[in-house]
Order: sequence, then structure tokens, then C-alpha cells
Amino acid sequence: MPALKFDINKIRNDFPTLNQTINGCPLVYLDSAATSQKPQAVIDTMTEFYTYKNANVHRGRHTLSEQATHLYEQVRDKTAHYFNVFSKEIVWTKGATEAINLVTNGLRNRLDENDTIVISVLEHHANIVPWQILSQQTGAKLVTLPLNQDGTLETEQCCEFIKQKKPTLFAITQASNTLGNITNLKPLIKAAKDEGSLVLVDGAQGAMHLKPDLRELNCDFYVCSSHKMLGPTGLGVLYGRYEELNALDIYQSGGEMIDKVYLTHSTYRPAPAKFETGTPNISGVLGFGAALDYLNKLDHAQMRQYKQKLFSYAAQELVKVEGITIYSNLSDNIGTLCFNLNDEHPYDLATLLDGYGVAVRSGHHCTQPLMTHLGVNGTLRASFSFYNTYDDVDIFINSLKKCIALLD
Amino acid sequence: MTNTFNKVTESIKNAPAWQQKYREIMLLGKTLPVLPDVLKTDDALVPGCESKVWMFVEFDLTENTLVVIGDSDTRIVKGLLAIILALYNGLTPEQVVNKNAYEEFEKLGLISYLSASRGNGIKAMVDKIQTMAQHKLS
Repeated sequence: MPALKFDINKIRNDFPTLNQTINGCPLVYLDSAATSQKPQAVIDTMTEFYTYKNANVHRGRHTLSEQATHLYEQVRDKTAHYFNVFSKEIVWTKGATEAINLVTNGLRNRLDENDTIVISVLEHHANIVPWQILSQQTGAKLVTLPLNQDGTLETEQCCEFIKQKKPTLFAITQASNTLGNITNLKPLIKAAKDEGSLVLVDGAQGAMHLKPDLRELNCDFYVCSSHKMLGPTGLGVLYGRYEELNALDIYQSGGEMIDKVYLTHSTYRPAPAKFETGTPNISGVLGFGAALDYLNKLDHAQMRQYKQKLFSYAAQELVKVEGITIYSNLSDNIGTLCFNLNDEHPYDLATLLDGYGVAVRSGHHCTQPLMTHLGVNGTLRASFSFYNTYDDVDIFINSLKKCIALLD
Repeated sequence: MTNTFNKVTESIKNAPAWQQKYREIMLLGKTLPVLPDVLKTDDALVPGCESKVWMFVEFDLTENTLVVIGDSDTRIVKGLLAIILALYNGLTPEQVVNKNAYEEFEKLGLISYLSASRGNGIKAMVDKIQTMAQHKLS
């Protein structure tokens, strides 16, 4: 089926949450980096499952169970297809955070003080703390890539750093959740693979916007979160190159992940089953499937182009506002504006913007090391998605100016 | 009800629009003295999510009243803190435990600030004062 032309008006109608007023003003939702809104198709799919199709998966021979299992596994195939990998390389988790924890736990018995883990200062806490704990548990050294003062990575310098450190593990974000900056992944991954490193990419922000081909990206693990790509909360995806995925130690244990259970010991099923114990988030998986269907129907290139133009317009307008400092790299960005006004606390502006129906995030965005690096306690973050409009930008900027006047 | 409280909150109560309300709150915050940096210790921090609030709750033995001082790094929360200080400062522990901050914030149209989901520490500020008062009574 050919992809549909990108029609913003039609798209707006697909997202019921967007069509409402907040405090008497039309909602301007600029917090998609925290969570995306959901198209009606996702909501309907989940309601339909609970209304007509509810049954457990991989357990019964009855019709509903067979049907649920079929639909559920179909989404694994869709996910694999979206990322151009194999279905057996896709593990369902409860989020990107759990996916990272699954990997760090699964590697614990393979590391010691001779190993090095490289991460970056840009990472979300979810891609820092699990590695910190792994380092504390195993004695492996944890080091960070050199980062420019403005929060950008110098590719050559980083590749050189990786070459020197020869890390066992390299974990890096595809795009910063705070700044929106896109990481130039390919040369970094190549440098790490040349040193024999295992590479994990945090795709929480990048999975929808950048739609990566993971085979081509050549990372060993990739994590993302359903709710940041139009799907429901409570579901994450872990991709693992099969031999590396299957080599990870088990994370949680119980039913469904086992092959044979004796009272003294058990044997486990191969990946992905060995990481999926207990009844999974079936409705979440089906909802995520509907989200992928929705994304697949859009022309990705057109969607990205629209969002890029919208972002450039927003950046251009924000720059004009007196007293604003922008921290995001505007030239290579997934659509996030990270900024402050003079030395104002971001909390005040975010609170006032909410009065005008403008939803932005304020704070450290779960990236305290990055805040320290930038020399700030927190920032405002306006994150755009493909369902935002030029009107959204205008309302945001006008509201911002009104809020600034209130601070005088 | 103390006169100070009525006086400081009158303009907030009478504000015709939310913009005015916030403006009055922020102006009120400006009337609070700035705590010297030496007092802005981690121990004095009221656990909140985004904004920092430093608060000291002391007991004046001669007057048998609570003395509360505080500061915040945000304008809005500092204004809300000023309301709380005006509400509780100079009250005896008995008066403090009988003074329901929720009711007062409701009257001012600011009740959303006391809900648990608001990560601004207002509820925690009130709790800190109430805990001190209850401690004095027990």
C-alpha cells in the first residue's frame, strides 16, 4: 500500500487528546519527548481487545487464546520489520528503562575490573544509573565520552577516545532527551565495533523520529519505549543481535521462560522467551501494533521533513525572544528546544505557560550530569512532534512573551 | 484568622484572572526576605521535585508560638511559601493543628498547589509545620 500524503489537518483529527482546551485555551502539547499522544486507532485497538478478544497468550488451545497469541506475536513481527531485524531478536519489556536494566543485569557475570564501560554525559539517568551499578558490582571502569561545552559530541574526538579506551561496552543515546541533539551514531558504533565492544543504543527519543535500520546501524542492543512512539505506556522494546541477546543471563524468572523445571534446577527457553516471564502486557503490545501501523501508513520522509521545517520555524521564533538562551543544537535535532530565560527558574515559566494551555516540561529532565555540564539547575523543554502545527508554534511564542511580561 | 493573612492574601483572592493571581503571588514572594546562603543547607530543604524550598520551623518558648522562615529559588513557590508563613507564623501549636491549609488555599483558588501530584513541595511545607506543632503538643 502506498504511503499516504502527509496531511496535518487529517493527522490532528486522529489524536483526540490534542483537540481540547486547557484553562480555556486550545491545548498546545509540546511535551512529546516525555510521552507522545495516541491516535484513536491505538485507543480503539486496546478497547477492542478487552471488549471482545481478551485471553492470555501462549497458554490455551481455545479460540480466544489462539487469536490473542496470533495478534500478539504479529506485533513482534511488525516491530522487527520496523527496525529491519528478526522477530526472535525482539524482547518485550515494560519500558526502555527495563530494557537497559535487562542488559546490564544480563552482563554482570561477564565483567570484572579489566573491563571498561563508555557512556556519555548526554544520557538519560536510565542509561547512566544501571551502568553505574554494573560498574560498582563488577569493578569495571565507567568513563564518559568527551563532550563539548555546548553539549555536542565531536565525532573524531569521540572515536579516538573509544579507540584508546577499548571499551567492553559502549552505551549511547540516539538523540538527547533534553536537547534533542541527534548523535552521529554510525562512526561511533564503527569505532566501538572495531575495538570489539558491545554497543547499546538508547532509542527512546529516536525510534519514531529517525526510524533506524538496526541491521545497518550495527549496534548489538537497542532499546525504545512504546509510549514515546504513539503506543501505550508500560511497554518497551529490547532489540538484541540474536547471539548476544541469547548470551545474556536471565533477568527475571518464573513461568513461560522455562524449558524444564525440576525441583533442584531448571532449564530455560532460548531468547526472547527466556526474558519474558509472566503474563505479558498483551493489550499494550496490541496497542503498540496499532501505533506501528499508524506510523507505517505515514510517509516517513514527508513526516520528518514537515517536523524539521516546523522545528526550524519554532527555533527561529524562539531565538528572537529577548533574554532566551537555547541549549539545543539547532542544526541536527529531532525537534526539541531546550532553553532558559535570563536567570529565571524554569518552573515559573512552565507554570505560567500552562495557564495559556501550553504544555512544556521544566526541570533537569532526568539528565542531572548534563545540567551540571551546561552549568544550569534546570531548563525549559518544548518538544515538538509531527502532529504539532505552525499555530502551535505561534501560540507558544506569544504565550511565552505574555508570561515574560508577567514576571516583570 | 490572623489579620496578616487576610491582608496579604486579599489581592490574590480578588484577582479577576489567573494572570493577576500569579502576579500577586509572585509579588508576595518578593516581600519575603532572602535567606542568606549559609542557611540554604541541604538539611533545610523541603523535599520537593523541581523547585528548592528551604524552611526553618522553630518554637518561641516565651510566646508559645511557631516561628517559620523560608525561601525558594522560584518566584511562584516563594509566593506560595509567603502565604503559608502568613497563615502559620505566630500561632500556638494548638492553633496550628487546627488551621487547615487546604481550606485556606481553596478559598484563594489555589487548591491545585496542595495536591500530592504537584511536585512543588507546598504540601511538604505544610506537613513540616504541622509535624512540628504536633510534636510540641505531644
